[in-house]
Amino acid sequence: MRLAGFFVFALALAAIAGEIPPSERHSGYELMRPETRAIQDDDAANPAMLWVMEGKGLWNERPNPGAHACADCHGDAGVSMKGVAARYPAFDVAAGRPLDLEQRINLCRTIRQRASAFAFESRQLLAITAYVARQSRGLRIEIGADARREPFLAAGREQFQRRRGQLNLACNQCHDDNWGKHLAGSLIPQAHPTGYPLYRLEWQGLGSLQRRLRACISGVRSEPYDYGAPELVNLELFLMWRARGMALESPAVRP
Amino acid sequence: MASALINVPPSARRGEIIQIKTLISHVMETGYRRTSLGVVIPRDILRLFVCSYNGEEVFRAEIHPAIAANPYFAFNTIATESGTLVFTWTGDNGFSATESVAIRVE
Repeated sequence: MRLAGFFVFALALAAIAGEIPPSERHSGYELMRPETRAIQDDDAANPAMLWVMEGKGLWNERPNPGAHACADCHGDAGVSMKGVAARYPAFDVAAGRPLDLEQRINLCRTIRQRASAFAFESRQLLAITAYVARQSRGLRIEIGADARREPFLAAGREQFQRRRGQLNLACNQCHDDNWGKHLAGSLIPQAHPTGYPLYRLEWQGLGSLQRRLRACISGVRSEPYDYGAPELVNLELFLMWRARGMALESPAVRP
Repeated sequence: MASALINVPPSARRGEIIQIKTLISHVMETGYRRTSLGVVIPRDILRLFVCSYNGEEVFRAEIHPAIAANPYFAFNTIATESGTLVFTWTGDNGFSATESVAIRVE
């Protein structure tokens, strides 16, 4: 019994030892080539701003005659949405679990605006999310203490450390233990979700963090979770907590 | 749906070289890709981008399948007089988009 306890303790230590100390964390931005950074640095060149512009239109548009536009309740997004993206995923009382920003926007759409939810990864959902997230650019990710969220954070951490797929790899084996090295031709980043939704040159479009996670999961030859699955949101929550204090870049550009 | 972002300095001195930056939403489907069932995805690209300044053409680009989605063009011109810059993109499937931006030259 005592020996078993020791092993659990030793395993816990090993898990902690692999984590990146806060002072050594880097955004994926810092690992990019200067040419790719230049696209993100200039709003006139960042193609994600096309989605932000569409999102601004959606913010002010009534989904149905007689329904409220986002702006009717929330006013100027530059004021009301400032810092919001830096706090998500956040615990939702009605759902009894954390929801990410896309899910929160869709909840507002279905309950308050009495409109149909936007499909995950649809142009409209990415556009409105990018517009909301843009209002937090430069702010620090702030996943504060919330006791209700703790079990979901722990589940997210477990997801991050669980080996999966035919390659039998866990997220942390690349992103904690081997960041900065190469996986084929690609540089392994530390996996801090500081810029979502973001424009990936590979995608030739804007995509969500869930899309990125699903791509990584199928990359290790594992069955990806469906969009909106609690497992993905828990993982998003853990990653945002892991990146707490880092500056938000949304909408970022990545290679 | 066409949407474009255009960045032109709102004012400039006469004779000054100004930089103009444009971005437009477009899939730029090459026509070389296939679906998982092997069916060719038809080409859908922009073919031409033209900028005219008070009616005079100052920039023209022919666009081919190798250009990435959401094409970005940055170019320079000389601020000659106050007026309007008109940007036109045309492409496959009858695509056409026009935007105009005013400039004040002092």
